[in-house]
Amino acid sequence: MAELETQPLPRTFEEFNEQRKAAFIRVKDFKQAGNRLVGVLCSYTPMEIIDAAGASAVGLCGTSDEVIPDAEKVLPANLCPLIKSTYGFAYSQKCPFTYFSDLIIGETTCDGKKKMYELLADLKPVHILHLPQSREREYERAGWREECRLLKERLEELYGITITDDDLRAAARRRNRLRAAQLAMFELQAQQPPAMGGVELMSTMFAGTFNFNVDSFTQQVEDTVTARKAAYDAGERPISADAKRILITGCPVGGVINKIGKTIEANGGTVVCMDDCSGERTARMMVDAEADDILGAIADRYLDINCSVMTPNEGRMENTLAMCEKYHVDGVVESVLTACHTFNVESAKMQAAVEGAGIPYMKIETDYSAGDQGQIDTRIAAFIETL
Amino acid sequence: MARIGIGIDIGSTATKVAVAGEGGEVLACEVMPTGFSSVDAAERARQALLAKGFDPGADDARTVATGYGRVAVPYADKVVTEITCHGVGAARLYGGEGTVIDVGGQDTKVIQLCGGRVAKFAMNDKCAAGTGRFLEVMADRLGVSQAELSRLAAAGTGSGVKISSMCTVFAETEVISLVGRGEARENIAHAVIESVASRVVTLAGQGSGAPFFLTGGLSENAYFVERLGALLGSTVTTCPEARFAGALGAAERALDLA
Repeated sequence: MAELETQPLPRTFEEFNEQRKAAFIRVKDFKQAGNRLVGVLCSYTPMEIIDAAGASAVGLCGTSDEVIPDAEKVLPANLCPLIKSTYGFAYSQKCPFTYFSDLIIGETTCDGKKKMYELLADLKPVHILHLPQSREREYERAGWREECRLLKERLEELYGITITDDDLRAAARRRNRLRAAQLAMFELQAQQPPAMGGVELMSTMFAGTFNFNVDSFTQQVEDTVTARKAAYDAGERPISADAKRILITGCPVGGVINKIGKTIEANGGTVVCMDDCSGERTARMMVDAEADDILGAIADRYLDINCSVMTPNEGRMENTLAMCEKYHVDGVVESVLTACHTFNVESAKMQAAVEGAGIPYMKIETDYSAGDQGQIDTRIAAFIETL
Repeated sequence: MARIGIGIDIGSTATKVAVAGEGGEVLACEVMPTGFSSVDAAERARQALLAKGFDPGADDARTVATGYGRVAVPYADKVVTEITCHGVGAARLYGGEGTVIDVGGQDTKVIQLCGGRVAKFAMNDKCAAGTGRFLEVMADRLGVSQAELSRLAAAGTGSGVKISSMCTVFAETEVISLVGRGEARENIAHAVIESVASRVVTLAGQGSGAPFFLTGGLSENAYFVERLGALLGSTVTTCPEARFAGALGAAERALDLA
């Protein structure tokens, strides 16, 4: 796509509110200026390959119930809200990032996503990475490296470019710097009391998935960490020392930051560890930028991510227990999105592991609607009262 | 320490008020329908207290509000969830070890007590299956009061009639089709009670086990208590103050306030 194409706006653009119109214009201008935009949906997506293609990667996971009625015109109602919302934004053309993506990259993670992508492909160009179900067998690792190579080729073909090993190494260094900055921000929460609010931290990380520029987001995170550390050293305590320290594990939290995170912080708790796929358990895994086989090193780093779609997935429980210790956790809240079978079933193992370590555990199964907010308020407040 | 502790438990159906004296003794209990507005119910509760000579605004009185309308009590000194309050109240009524089952108007809670404290709890998800609301809807559909529903159920048999829908709306449809088929009212009533009781038993499976105590409005329904015990395979204890467990727990918590 060497020549600059005119970027048309959605048919329903005039019905959008000002904020949404502005977001569409911003992304349209970005594209019109010749920039490349690739949509991603999962932490297994090898970001370095997209970076190396000179494209901006933007997260497209749906986190709002606004477009679910649209999605349910096509998808079944009893499906995970993240899948419905993601598809709904594409279907309704209400998300500028989805709308203007040159390509959307998906993975064969859970059944719901995998089959939704087939329908999404009718609306947008989609590339699917075949994710193995485990990393225990050698061919799975080799197969995943091959998938990463195919993605590289797809992007080379799409943009008419060649991605070199040096491009990949540079991207790995840049991403490693971002990961280190994220880790430093997570670690602000290890302080007693924490140096930053959990909801604020979750919102910052979530906003990063919409940032077009890795370096500027990294800088922003680094600056925030420096400022918070200085304030803490100067005696500022943003969080009460009495607040119960909660770790949130389970499904991606983007859509329940308010519903669960804010409720925890409004009821005498504070989220000290976000143990989902965008949290420390994923961010702390670096890529060896000097590896002989740089594509293989990138592939390996991503395959090692602990998600409930993998079997077995004991590493996730082991890691959560380590996080409980590092962040002095008083209680664990597992957030399961309705109809997410893999996390829901695995929650029995998580509960056994957490309670086995003597830490109270509570599971909340919910979606993006406000229908059960009353019950969730009561359950979370009561859980914190028992700690 | 407060000399009088007042507990206001605003449930979805009924508002319960309890007053505890310095030594924890119960000075008064009162129940009234919640009605449409929790704010209004809170004010009626205040008037009822004043009529009995207890002023929540007095210097030596402290008030804790609980129940789903707990945030609607402007004169409360503190808000505590009904789970903690039912636990504290039940520990007072029955002792501090065992499983408390509270079947309320809009939710059902199973609370595991350990040393008088809430160790763990489970609560039904957002639907009304296994709650008092389910019984209300079904009694309405059969055109009887809740007390009559229990009497009918006791006379009914399990003869093959079962309500299998978890969802209250679907279950109502199921009842309509049973009525349409000419099934005896007694048998339908029997199936309705069995449905709620077995739903509660499933939830209770997540608790620690016997002894079981029942609190909340349904504790006054002897037939339900009997069926719940039969399905749990263990006696379910209840007492006349059981419906006030949440309010009593709140009053006790209020006594602890400075």
